[in-house]
Amino acid sequence: MKSLIIIEHKNGVLHRMSREAISGAQKIGGDITALVIGEKAELISSELSNFQIEKTFMVNHELVPSYNADGYKEIIKQVIESVSPNVIITGHTYQARDFMPRISASLDIPFIPDVIEVEDNIYIKQVLNSKLNASISSSEEQVLVSFQSASFSEEDIVKGSSSSEFFEASLDASSIKSKSDEPFQESASEVDLESAELIVSVGRGIEKEENKSIAFELAEVIGAEVSASRPVVDAGWLPSSRQVGSSGSTVSPKLYLSLGVSGAIQHVVGMKGSKNILAINKDPGAPIFEIADYAVVGDLLEIVPKLITALKDS
Amino acid sequence: MKIAVLVKQVVGSESSLEISPDNKWIEYSSATFVMNPPDSYAIEEAMSIKETVGEGEVVIVTMGSDSVQKVIREGLSKGADRGIHIQTDGKTNIDPLNTAKNIASALDEENFDLVLSGLQSDDTGMGQTGVLVGELLNMSTATLAIETNIDKEKIRVKRELESGWFQWVTLESPASISIQSGINQPRYPSLKGIMGAKKKEIKVIPVSEHETKQQVENIAVPQKSKETEIINTDVDSSVKRIVEILKSEVKVF
Repeated sequence: MKSLIIIEHKNGVLHRMSREAISGAQKIGGDITALVIGEKAELISSELSNFQIEKTFMVNHELVPSYNADGYKEIIKQVIESVSPNVIITGHTYQARDFMPRISASLDIPFIPDVIEVEDNIYIKQVLNSKLNASISSSEEQVLVSFQSASFSEEDIVKGSSSSEFFEASLDASSIKSKSDEPFQESASEVDLESAELIVSVGRGIEKEENKSIAFELAEVIGAEVSASRPVVDAGWLPSSRQVGSSGSTVSPKLYLSLGVSGAIQHVVGMKGSKNILAINKDPGAPIFEIADYAVVGDLLEIVPKLITALKDS
Repeated sequence: MKIAVLVKQVVGSESSLEISPDNKWIEYSSATFVMNPPDSYAIEEAMSIKETVGEGEVVIVTMGSDSVQKVIREGLSKGADRGIHIQTDGKTNIDPLNTAKNIASALDEENFDLVLSGLQSDDTGMGQTGVLVGELLNMSTATLAIETNIDKEKIRVKRELESGWFQWVTLESPASISIQSGINQPRYPSLKGIMGAKKKEIKVIPVSEHETKQQVENIAVPQKSKETEIINTDVDSSVKRIVEILKSEVKVF
């Protein structure tokens, strides 16, 4: 068994889900090769040298200093042809969703995305609005796989040592068909949710924009950051920098206290790795309760003000 | 500008989900179906690009049994010009490469300038068909478009990245673009649109055989992995218990 992990990084920082992918690849077993692309490849590969993997290939090509789909496709194809891995692994990030299908179509290798568990060449994935799990198999020699956030734990990574070497990819300018501008943020980020220890999260269940003040007050009392689900951000009640979920941040705090968050899968993938989940929701059937440690059924507009008073008094 | 929109009929979020006797999918006889919700954003975006450009054609493309013509009609009633139906026996296809090869061969001779698709389907959630089709047809591709700026001269797409970051990408024509949900406000069909849709053409193409590269072995209700303490009592008792949890169990102080 040979696997190839495509590593994701931004501004010299290794993506958390790439660490989870290494953890998942180690669980599958066999020889693991990692691939790091871009002008920060050496920096990232030095971080990988502490992990139990066979080796890291670095590609630092002038045409692909940072991510672009065309360049990634060409480079990854060449590495796949050279390494002949049985499984090509990434985290199920927005970037992976962009380039993995192109490799799939280009090399005629099936892509099984958003996998939550792997056993004996069977890949388990949520289907039908995440209500059922499907076990998927492939009879192909090679498969592309992406792992859902928090399906494997970076804490389980086996440490060790590994070597790294440059891989010479041949690329010409005509293969880069699309031009990517510099990434930007709409509003300067005022919060760092991903390193927050405690999070109070606001969902549609707060009903009105002015009710967000009780979330901020509760957060202040316990020393937490405030996050939101997508509907709250789309309504303009909180900025997108506070959004948790597949299109926002992925968090794993000690406490995730959600107020009126229903628990759509797009939100859940961003917070299910939290150590403790306490959810307050009026609807006893809210999907968030499926993954909560503490499911408080009730009206948050009644509970939270009294909770704030009680916490201040104690 | 000639635009193809890839749509899919899926099991609705409120539908009953009865596992089929072979344990490989669900019973379609007891299920209810809708147009895959993310696809309605792709249709709306196609309509508004056509309106901006001032000329062109929007073609709704889908694959499945005869019942999927319903979602084509839905697109036509919103103003799309015609439909292409790749006809299958209706068996669930969880192999996106297989689907994409069929769509690519149906679109190949038509020389579309743009192929738009929704983010992912609510049933299989593979999230790749639009890009696969683009790659198979040698088009440029972009995913997760949250804004488009397209006219006869250029294709500019604002892509959503993670954690509140965005990026503008300039693509060569032709291009296949997957649309992020929430990019626009999908229109409702008008009565005139619904009446007009009945007269619009739907071309039926039989599915062709391609190798199956991935399949479902088994389907099951997920096992709940953690124990949940349910607190469903009066407000004061709930508050008391939450304070206790925060102080003694989670230890936030």
